[in-house]
Amino acid sequence: MRCALFALMLMICGVPAVTAQTLQPILQAYASEIAKPSRKTVGETIDAITASGLPQIIFFLEQWSEKNIWQRNDGTFFVATAAGSKLTLTDLDTQAKTTAPKSDFKQLKPNGGVRRLIGTALVQFQLLDPDLTRRETAVASIGRRPEAAQLIPLMASIDGEFDAALKARKIQLANFLSARFAIETQDRIAAINSLSVDMSVEARAVLNQILTTSTGVASVTPQGNIAAILDPMVAPDSSYGALVEAKLAPPKQTVSDIKKVLEANIIEERIAGFPVMQMDDPLMREAAYFALATQGSVPTLITQEVRDAALLRHVFYELYAEPNAQITAAAEVARKSADNRVATAQFADLTLDALSLASIFFLAAIGLAITFGVMGVINMAHGEFIMMGAYTGYVVQLIIPNYTVSIFVALPLAFVVTFVAGVVMERLVIRRLYHRPLETLLATFGVSIALQQLAKNAFGTQARPLTSPDWLAGAWVVNDVIQISFIRIAIFILALLFLGLIIYILKRTRLGLEVRAVTQNPGMASSMGINPDRINMMTFGLGSGIAGIAGVAIGLYAKVTSEMGSDYIVQSFMTVVVGGVGNVWGTLAGAAMIGFGQKGIEWLNPSNTLAAQTYMILFVILFIQFRPKGIVALKGRAAGD
Amino acid sequence: MERTFIAKNPSVLWFLLGLSVFTVLVTIFSEAAGSSIVSTSFLKTLGKTLCLCLVAIAMDVVWGYCGILSLGHFAFFGIGGYAIGMWLMYDRTKDIVIGSLENNILPPTPDEVTNAIGTQIFGVVGSSEFPLIWAFSHSLTLQLFAVILVPGVLALVFGWLAFRSRVTGVYLSILTQAMTLALSLYLFQNDTGLRGNNGLSGLQNIPGLEAVSQATLSLWFFWASAFALGAGYVFFAWMLAGKFGSVIRAIRDNETRVRFLGYHVESYKLFIFTTTAMIAGIAGALYYPQAGIINPAEIAPIASIYLAVWVAIGGRGRLYGAVIGAVFVSLMSSWFTGGSAPDINLGLYLFKWTDWWLVLLGLTFVGVTLFFPKGIGGLFDLISNYREKQQ
Repeated sequence: MRCALFALMLMICGVPAVTAQTLQPILQAYASEIAKPSRKTVGETIDAITASGLPQIIFFLEQWSEKNIWQRNDGTFFVATAAGSKLTLTDLDTQAKTTAPKSDFKQLKPNGGVRRLIGTALVQFQLLDPDLTRRETAVASIGRRPEAAQLIPLMASIDGEFDAALKARKIQLANFLSARFAIETQDRIAAINSLSVDMSVEARAVLNQILTTSTGVASVTPQGNIAAILDPMVAPDSSYGALVEAKLAPPKQTVSDIKKVLEANIIEERIAGFPVMQMDDPLMREAAYFALATQGSVPTLITQEVRDAALLRHVFYELYAEPNAQITAAAEVARKSADNRVATAQFADLTLDALSLASIFFLAAIGLAITFGVMGVINMAHGEFIMMGAYTGYVVQLIIPNYTVSIFVALPLAFVVTFVAGVVMERLVIRRLYHRPLETLLATFGVSIALQQLAKNAFGTQARPLTSPDWLAGAWVVNDVIQISFIRIAIFILALLFLGLIIYILKRTRLGLEVRAVTQNPGMASSMGINPDRINMMTFGLGSGIAGIAGVAIGLYAKVTSEMGSDYIVQSFMTVVVGGVGNVWGTLAGAAMIGFGQKGIEWLNPSNTLAAQTYMILFVILFIQFRPKGIVALKGRAAGD
Repeated sequence: MERTFIAKNPSVLWFLLGLSVFTVLVTIFSEAAGSSIVSTSFLKTLGKTLCLCLVAIAMDVVWGYCGILSLGHFAFFGIGGYAIGMWLMYDRTKDIVIGSLENNILPPTPDEVTNAIGTQIFGVVGSSEFPLIWAFSHSLTLQLFAVILVPGVLALVFGWLAFRSRVTGVYLSILTQAMTLALSLYLFQNDTGLRGNNGLSGLQNIPGLEAVSQATLSLWFFWASAFALGAGYVFFAWMLAGKFGSVIRAIRDNETRVRFLGYHVESYKLFIFTTTAMIAGIAGALYYPQAGIINPAEIAPIASIYLAVWVAIGGRGRLYGAVIGAVFVSLMSSWFTGGSAPDINLGLYLFKWTDWWLVLLGLTFVGVTLFFPKGIGGLFDLISNYREKQQ
């Protein structure tokens, strides 16, 4: 340690004074150690070499760890690169280049452990290297493998660091290192306290390392920094297992142990006088074993009572690896505070997730909000329109390889394709069934079956990729806990755009006015000169077209399959129904409720999306019972009944 | 009374006659009777089709007669299958386990037996514990009760909630569909105790009847299915023939008016919804031992919609229509998608039935809904109208 520091001092201020010295004699003094280094002893050798403070040392150490050092028959070391049977030699001190036949030389191949030690020694030099990337590499390697020896050189390098980002990182790492390795207790406690506001995974790992505990058992409470005394009765069987492992108690026979012993002791169809036929009763088995134990031929049976008594006689404890109680106490406080912060951040992250799920539901349902909500037409093929939009995106990507361009082509094209499909379906099917809503449901379901199978015939059953452009590929990282992918943000923005667009069309345009007029009273609307046929067609086309755009967005985030529509259809209908039919704001409220509800349930029961979906549907079913008109219920004449 | 019922409903007699003739013919030509015209696998298909007819009748009563488009009746069918499947699987595994434990030196304790059965059944989902819902799986009687009661209770609770708050029309359809989706998603989970997406399997082996060949067993199940279909048909025809049936049809045509006439509409609907759910459960309990396996995919929302498709194509509001639809569409489906239908070479394109059948079915369905709301059953009306004209 001190040697390393000394070397550093020399590096910083005394380099010109010692250039006269040469490295080769120093290397020769440790020739055998360098030629055949072992992980245990090479540390001293490296320290001794670096102690000289020569500028060539960095070069030598680097080459050594890259296996470029060769030793001549007479013991001299060279840097060499092999070319055929020749070697190009570089003298370590003079940098003079010569060539020589390979046969006179032997390559040094230090193993991984040695190379790691060389690397650690090198880091101290690299921290002060004028080249920024080399300093960054050195800092990164400290981050990967923090060691006590790195603390002082790292601290020393902070002041001279002129790159602001790297300096911040150095200070952070120095903080982590001093929390674990500083010599003075108050230094460590100060560093630990500062970690309580750090939410990064690294900082929490540092705290966890300081708070590493090991469980143990003994007859009396041992000396040392005890974290907790455990109650063995919480999990008596595993506690007893620990007792057996510590050789403080005989092993407890399991049911199968007893069975084996009994099987081994059958004498003339009897076990210690008990007939074998009766052994289908666990109590009889125990009695037979007990009899065998009394005879002394098998170990005594450890019954429940014996086990509990043994457990109560011993102390079960958790011991900190860190002996200083002050430090562990500070670390516990810091960890608790960091955990609280992480929990808050996780809540924020969950909210973001829920928001993005809600915007997906909203996108999938907004088309329905128009066709079902405003027009009152049940369109079971809505999901297939979403699928159509997604496949349109896929086909466009096949033709236009540039992902950015293709997305901007696909969005309007998907709208056009599904708009036309919607208009055709309205003309041919829905128009004839306006007064029979249940039959609309069935007929559009027939269309849905046919479209699904057509997509399967055209594109096959396997999932097709819809790749997002590079600028959408990453994620927005707030800290180690809160992050959200750009695609989800884009979907959220798209959902907001559509909300605005739909509200604008319905409330501020001539078309919207006519749509509202026709849905409220078609007869009156037509007597005012509005053509209800045309309006219905346009409205249905609009709703379907939006489904197509939603399809492109959903395809970017999920896989494109012929069955993707059916994944969304029930949920979309529920979104509209829960929100309140006939109102775009209602759909927004419905999507928000279902999205947040589902994420909330997932949070209570993590890693089980299926369960979250199930309970969410049940919740929706119950919700409809109590608010049959949805969250935003229309009142008065607009309600229609 | 009996005579008037039959006299009023000649179709019941015709139906029973047709069903008996069909049953006798199939029996004569089955493998169990020594013939090879009806193979055992085809016999099973026929038996399963009869069960589908039964659930289609139930669907017709609830939709065609009462006007409730339930998109959840196949869930009740599936529950019936699961209920019987639990006993079949438990008892058969128990026989196997006891057989394998017999070679042990010590006779096994009850705990050992239960653990071994649990490991056998739940090993695929990484568990060996018996979940609570398997509490009655050891008893055939209790599970048979479950076949009827579980769908019944579920329908009762769901229907009571829905009808009480006057959820009608398409809202009710979507709600029932949501219920089916929730149920199938729930069953897809591994930790719900019904083996997740593995489902229950090996149901074609009936415990205690290992000596009986599958050919004979299939015939027995075919008879049972035929009997259940006949009994169900008569039961529903009888139920709908009297004043009760008139009220049910009136609810379909104008619910508000029936309510104003003083009838408690909700109770009638609830009765119909629950009864048909129970019948669907029975049909499922007969279907799945013939199918041999049940898994959550069977009760996905699409299955219930197909049920509506059968009834619509067969003809709503007449029981024989549902039977015709179920037989016609399900047999056609299995023929066309099974790959046994010959492909048609159109020169430029090889027309494969397996690829195009669903497209055709979907479009046919649209056409039937648009142009023939009475379905195939409507043809019989044409015939009887023609006869009346002749007279």
